[in-house]
Amino acid sequence: MKIEEIRYLLNAKISSLPKCRDCEYNFAFASDLMSDVLRIRPDEVILITGLCNVQTIRTAEMSDINCVVLGRGKQPNDEMKKLAQDNNITLMYCDYSVYKICSILGKEGIKPLY
Amino acid sequence: MEYTKKIIGGNFSEAGEASSAIKKVLKQLGVDSQVIRRTVVAIYEAEVNVVAHAYEGLLSVLIEDDKIKIVIEDEGHGIEDIEKAMEAGYSTASEKVREMGFGAGMGLPNIKANTDKMTINSVVGKGTVIELINYF
Repeated sequence: MKIEEIRYLLNAKISSLPKCRDCEYNFAFASDLMSDVLRIRPDEVILITGLCNVQTIRTAEMSDINCVVLGRGKQPNDEMKKLAQDNNITLMYCDYSVYKICSILGKEGIKPLY
Repeated sequence: MEYTKKIIGGNFSEAGEASSAIKKVLKQLGVDSQVIRRTVVAIYEAEVNVVAHAYEGLLSVLIEDDKIKIVIEDEGHGIEDIEKAMEAGYSTASEKVREMGFGAGMGLPNIKANTDKMTINSVVGKGTVIELINYF
C-alpha cells in the first residue's frame, strides 16, 4: 500500500513527506510504548501511535521506520515535523482512534508483524 | 573515531541526538544496516535512561575497524538491584517518563538484546556505568 492510499483511507493529513511517495507498505505495528517499537525488526512497516512527541519520531528514526501515523486527533509540532523531514520519515495524522486505524488498514490487507 | 556527548537529566527533547549522530557516522562508514539498527537502538535506550533517571551523564563512543565501544556514565540515584532492573517490565520510572513513551521496564532488556557485550556497574546514590560493545 502506498502513502496516498493510506492517507485517503484514514482521511489523514500529511505533515512530512520526504521522498517515500512510492514506498510500499505491507505491515503495521501499533503502540504507544516506544520501547516496544524499538524491539521490532521493521521492514515496510507503518508505525501507528497515539503518542505525539519528539521521541515518537526519534524512535522511528532509530528503528528504520519511515512512515508514522498519529491517531486520536494528535497533531505534530514543528520540532516533530522537522525531525521527520530531516530523517526521511513520512508523518501523517488523523482523527481516528488507533483501533479504527488498525481495523481500516487491516481490512485493506496491511498485515501485523506477529 | 571518538565521539562524546553530555546528557542532561530530564531533558527529553535532546534524548536521541547522540544516537542520531552516531547512526549517520556508521552509515557513512558503510557498516551493515542491521548492526547499525541494533547499535543505535541500544544507545538510544541508554540515552533515555540517563534522561529519565539521572542528573547528568556522559556518553562516549569509540569506533574501531571491527567494533564499536560505548560507555554511558551517569551521576544519579544508581540502581539498587541490577538483576531486577534487567527483568522485562520492572521499572521505577516517573509519570513524566511514561508520558514520553518509555518507563515500562524495557530499557535495559532492550539494550542487552541489541548488544554483543554489556556490562553494568552501579553505586546507589552515586550513579551507573554501562559499557557496550557491538562487533561489525
